Amino acid sequence: MSDSHELANLPDEAVTTDLYADPGLPEHHWRPTDVDPKLEKRAERQVALMFTLSAVCTVLMIVCYFAIGRDDAIGSFGAQNMTLGLCLAGALLFIGMGVIQWARKLMADQEIIEMRHPAASSEADREATVAALNAGIEESGIGRRPLVRNSLLGAVGLLGVPAIVMLRDLGPTPNQVVKEDPYPGAGISHTIWSDGMRVVRDVVGTPIRPSDLEVGDLVNAEPEGLFNGGPDGEPLEGVALQVGKAKGAVVVVRMQPDEIIPGPGRENWSVDGILCYSKICTHVGCPISLYERTTHHLLCPCHQSTFDLADSARVVFGPAARPLPQLPLKVDSDGYLVAQSDFNEPVGPSFWERG
Amino acid sequence: MRLLNRSAGRLSRHRRGPLAGLVVLLLGLLLTGGLYAAFSPAQADQTGSSADQVAQGRRLFLVSCSFCHGQNGEGVRSQDGDHQLGPSLIGVGAAAVDFQVGTGRMPMTQPGAQVPDKPNVFSDQEVAALAAYVATLGPGPAIPTKSDYSLEGMSETQKQDAIARGGQIFLTNCTACHNFEGSGGAMPRGGYAPKIRGVDPKHIYEALLTGPQNMPNFTNGNLTPDEKRDVIAYLGSLNEMKEYGGFGLGGLGPVSEGLAAWLVGIGLCLAFAVWIAAHTTRSTKKKVDA
Repeated sequence: MSDSHELANLPDEAVTTDLYADPGLPEHHWRPTDVDPKLEKRAERQVALMFTLSAVCTVLMIVCYFAIGRDDAIGSFGAQNMTLGLCLAGALLFIGMGVIQWARKLMADQEIIEMRHPAASSEADREATVAALNAGIEESGIGRRPLVRNSLLGAVGLLGVPAIVMLRDLGPTPNQVVKEDPYPGAGISHTIWSDGMRVVRDVVGTPIRPSDLEVGDLVNAEPEGLFNGGPDGEPLEGVALQVGKAKGAVVVVRMQPDEIIPGPGRENWSVDGILCYSKICTHVGCPISLYERTTHHLLCPCHQSTFDLADSARVVFGPAARPLPQLPLKVDSDGYLVAQSDFNEPVGPSFWERG
Repeated sequence: MRLLNRSAGRLSRHRRGPLAGLVVLLLGLLLTGGLYAAFSPAQADQTGSSADQVAQGRRLFLVSCSFCHGQNGEGVRSQDGDHQLGPSLIGVGAAAVDFQVGTGRMPMTQPGAQVPDKPNVFSDQEVAALAAYVATLGPGPAIPTKSDYSLEGMSETQKQDAIARGGQIFLTNCTACHNFEGSGGAMPRGGYAPKIRGVDPKHIYEALLTGPQNMPNFTNGNLTPDEKRDVIAYLGSLNEMKEYGGFGLGGLGPVSEGLAAWLVGIGLCLAFAVWIAAHTTRSTKKKVDA
């Protein structure tokens, strides 16, 4: 046996056995199922019963799949989901429980000793390996021929470059988007908003008159271009719609005009106390509309950045680094709220070039 | 013939007893009084802002509301004038009163970050009187009627369309604070957006109209009455929707689901681990063939 060979290898074996006698394993006590054939039979039946129950659950699951309609209910629960889930859970659970019961009651549980093998290879093997390695290095001459070595390192290193080139080409860079300008408001510096574009209610797309709003009103709004910016006045679609919506979403609030502290150059950006700000948080870009009418604070649910809409959306709390961009408002000849221009700064989170 | 007729007339004159006139008079009086008793209270209920009702509302207002809102609903400021203790009620309208008093938020028991809803202490008639009085202080939104927020009279497809549109409006305007299925959520400085599932549709409509506490308004110029009705229909449809994903756990998202996973899920796993590793029963008997 290899066990006796390895025991002999242990250097301190003689000393330790002298000082501390090996007490050996305690006496093994048998389980009732080991000594009583009746109990053994019973445990066997228990295990088999669990496996059978698992099979029953599986069959039941298939039956439920066909027998129960999609709209049936058990109490307030959807019946199909619930029965399928319970049957599958039962099928798996009974297999697991059966296996555990089998191991605990019937499989041999006598403790045995298995000696641990030394982790290192034998001294001779190690020497032989090192000698072979050194011979290889010597024969290849990699240490003596720096030209070969360095050109190899260069070639392998260069293999990483194609990955960078291909990853970079996965999508257009912001500069390419702006240069090719495939849709209004392309690039990260601009949005779809432009001079005279109406501010319309989100979802329904209806324009807003200043007289529609009372003090304390909050409107989740979008640029009208989303609803009529496509060819022939069709709604925008696809990428253009998603990009336009992601960058163009705004909140419109009305407060008492004397509560507003206009920022420098923003004196005429509001209409009768109606203000409009980008809805995209300047921290990491969550859409915000948790508005408190009494404090005029707009709260971002993601990281609790709080903006004071009465004071040019100044950051009063949280991790956002700069105020929400404000959309300058005016009223068009039909009496509806429109933008004076695009935002005068990029919306959304800060980025490197922006600083 | 004349003789016959005369005899007939004579006969009837004989039959009428001496008290008949009195009985007829009594019957007439009873009928008039009974009709008056039957119809007059109903009429008094129907006239929404009769002078009596406003007067009763004013009396209730002076007892229950004027301490914070002023004796004429003008509001009360702190002594230094920096703080508004109770807001002015001029122009808040009957809808605001019906919401605040009808949900028990007013009269409030103590100032704080949020006025909680509690059992309403006034009868419906007293709430109506208070609302009628406050409505006389200045023009404001009226109490919506059932036809404002019910889908009755629509075909099934129209109802489904209304619910779908209401869902989109709800997810755009309401979800940020009130949670995606109306379970409510936390707000800054100790406030919270309350749960709006299972709330009387009338109160939801009034809250939209008046913007209670820190909630912004969604007046009729902002969300049209039809859009409000659709939002309420969507909320109602959530109550009928079956829970296909198992227990909803209050619809609070990762908070309650995480709690359940950690306590119940991992607890069960631990129980199984204990079972697997537990010592089995041992026998004192020796194995015969060992």
